[in-house]
Amino acid sequence: MTTTVERPAAAAPGPPPAPSPLRRVGTTLLRWWRQLTAMRTALILLFLLALAAIPGSLLPQRSLSQSQVTGYFREHETLAPVLDAFYLFDVFSSPWFAAIYLLLFISLIGCVVPRAIEHGRAVLAQPPPAPRHLHRLPDSATLDSELDAAATLDVVEEELRVRRFRVVRRDGRHGPELSAEKGFLKETGNVVFHLALLALLLGLAGGKLWGYEGSILVTEGDRFCNTFQQYDTSRSGALVDASDMTPLCVTLEDFKAEYEENLTAASFTADIGYGLAGAASRNATIGVNSPLRVDGDRVYVTGHGFSPVFTVTFPGGQSFTDVSAPFLPSDTTTMASQGALKLPDVPGSDEQLALEGFFAPTGSTQGGVLTSIDPRPLDPQVALFVYSGYLGLDSGLPQSVYSVDQTQIDRGSLTEVGRANLAIGESTTLADGTVVTFSGLKEFAAMQLSHDPGQVYVLGAAVAVLVGLLGMLLLRRERVFARVGPGPGDAGTVLSVGSLTRGSAETAPRFTALTDDVSAALRRRATAKENPSS
Amino acid sequence: MTDPSLAALSDTLFSIAVALYSVAVVAFCAELAFGGKKAPAVSRELVGAGGGSTTAASLPPVDEEPVKARRVGAVAMGLTLLGAVVHAGVLVTRGVATDRLPWGNMYEFGTAVVLVAVVVYVVLALRTPALRHIGVFVLAPVVLSMVGIGLFLYASAGPLVAALRSSWLAVHVSTAILGFGIFFVSGIASVMYLVRSRYEAKIAAGERPLSRIVHRLPSAAALDRTAHRTAVFGFPIWTFAVIAGAIWAESAWGRFWGWDPKETWAFIAWVVYAAYLHARTTAGWRGRPSAWVNVVGLGVMVFNLLYVNMVSTGLHSYGGVS
Repeated sequence: MTTTVERPAAAAPGPPPAPSPLRRVGTTLLRWWRQLTAMRTALILLFLLALAAIPGSLLPQRSLSQSQVTGYFREHETLAPVLDAFYLFDVFSSPWFAAIYLLLFISLIGCVVPRAIEHGRAVLAQPPPAPRHLHRLPDSATLDSELDAAATLDVVEEELRVRRFRVVRRDGRHGPELSAEKGFLKETGNVVFHLALLALLLGLAGGKLWGYEGSILVTEGDRFCNTFQQYDTSRSGALVDASDMTPLCVTLEDFKAEYEENLTAASFTADIGYGLAGAASRNATIGVNSPLRVDGDRVYVTGHGFSPVFTVTFPGGQSFTDVSAPFLPSDTTTMASQGALKLPDVPGSDEQLALEGFFAPTGSTQGGVLTSIDPRPLDPQVALFVYSGYLGLDSGLPQSVYSVDQTQIDRGSLTEVGRANLAIGESTTLADGTVVTFSGLKEFAAMQLSHDPGQVYVLGAAVAVLVGLLGMLLLRRERVFARVGPGPGDAGTVLSVGSLTRGSAETAPRFTALTDDVSAALRRRATAKENPSS
Repeated sequence: MTDPSLAALSDTLFSIAVALYSVAVVAFCAELAFGGKKAPAVSRELVGAGGGSTTAASLPPVDEEPVKARRVGAVAMGLTLLGAVVHAGVLVTRGVATDRLPWGNMYEFGTAVVLVAVVVYVVLALRTPALRHIGVFVLAPVVLSMVGIGLFLYASAGPLVAALRSSWLAVHVSTAILGFGIFFVSGIASVMYLVRSRYEAKIAAGERPLSRIVHRLPSAAALDRTAHRTAVFGFPIWTFAVIAGAIWAESAWGRFWGWDPKETWAFIAWVVYAAYLHARTTAGWRGRPSAWVNVVGLGVMVFNLLYVNMVSTGLHSYGGVS
């Protein structure tokens, strides 16, 4: 359309006064707008969106697993920084992904808003006049009627009103005619579907801006409160005000993992006490698929594991009794776990101590190598390495709490001073006389608190998307036109009917049913007229 | 508790279903071979192609199909139906044996998807007899998929993992299976459309292509319509499956959407099918380009099942394939 406006001006002989720069900019903008809102552009943007999502599923993503991204950087030293420059490890929060979906949604607005206005007008307006040639419509028929013109159209109108058509009658240029229409909900569904997609995006964005989540490992008996300082890892939206966070505290009282005979995990449940800080605590049991929902916040159990408990007695007689650290499961089917216990303040010594090792809830040792054969703690064992020296905790560089910093070992600051495989109650004595005892076991749960004020809106929008979609795809929009004219030799009336349907492939049977009903009604009415007494 | 004898029965039924489908494929091939002995006449072909758009029934003229071919075709349909009944038995016995819904791992999921595809084909073929002729092109991929599922995805009957013990399994996975099975048939119809429309274009150009098999296919218009209508049927179901999955994810994983690989590919599939439905009404995209989009959609669905479950690591790791 824009090209037809523009071309004649350029091709006209004797150049007309050059359009003002402002006008030219306006025309260009208008052309861009038309191009952006064209269906073809929307299609290409849809494909781009699908294509853009692909790297997000093939490459590790920071939002899913920071450690996998780190691993990828280690394995592909030269490639990874290049990919990172293109945000390929943060695809779904990258500017180019946002650019695609924002363009798509602008295109969608430009497409659906005029359509909604047009549809609103159509709902208010009367059905359009009948076309000149009814027999050119996809379905059409001609019926003979013994009634006069007005009575014949009355019959057609009745049949259509029973079928909930909106009917209007006109005296057209080619004779008395009737236009009927139904199925506005189809187009309404279309508009609702597209507007609901916009609403969904807004809900999603709102949830990201005002939502947060925090994760923490909680050992049985311990508790945590909803503050960012306490969480091991957390994510919060740009508009989250830390002082507005629900002051919720949760205590993990008991954690239970149950297994089937073949060791398939059957259920994970956590008995928790929860309550607002300072208020009385209430009890609840949460588990897989059943989080705690309170005040717009949700508390989940996302995983579990074991914390081996150690007692370390130093040569001087001082001791750490029952110290423990969570060991992270590296294999969830056997709960084989790895972790480290760091003791930076050793009494009577400048050397720091660390226990690093492997934990098996049910251990089996073959050739000195400990493996786990059962996820249940039937025979807990640890394989420990004991290090002494400088841990580097205050070096300023962040380090994992689940392992000893390898660079300190490589640098010689930490040295291995002993190794042992221990069952519960067993101990090992280091060269300097320190005794390390594997004294017990605690279970911990990985818990997560999530707050997403947008998700209710997203759900509402998603339901609207589906409802609109069903209306759009399943409903029919039908128009029926009829016109009457005199029959051959002025005997009776000839009725022409035609119909136009959108959204259905098998229109013929429905049209035949309509015309059959109309001709039956015409016959009935004609006989009733002949024998008014009966 | 898993009942070993029922579980073994389920495995036996699986083999019987594959055998029945294989014989059906042979019968469908025979039907195509017996039908249309003469080289296709141009004029008759155009009548057949136009048949779909007129209001009259789009049945091909009876004399076009020899009695022998029709009999073999009926046998093929019967075998397919029987195969589908046995196929349903595979899932029922497995469900009873394990006392749960029989779609807890990739083997069961794939088996159910293929069953839906067969049922969709049977319903289509019974409603529109001309569509029976795509039988071999539906049943051959069905047999291939079943063999692949049996060989590479097999998981012995067992209890569900804790994460799947939710009533959302019935809602989310069932609708995902339905959607996938419907898209499967839709994609095949589009592939057949691509083949058939080239054939019709050649005839229109005055050439005389001598492919008897393509000649026996339904008209390009009918194939395109079938592909579109099945996709229209499948799209809301798939949309619902994704929404139900998001609701389940909210209570299972702490967020309703997290770009887990499976979620990402479900989203990609949704976008591709949305594009297909739009493309069919967009000037310049009607016909072959939009059919290609539908084929890509099926490719995405298969990729989502195989690659995402078996290669990538995500939360949807319920394959049970060791």
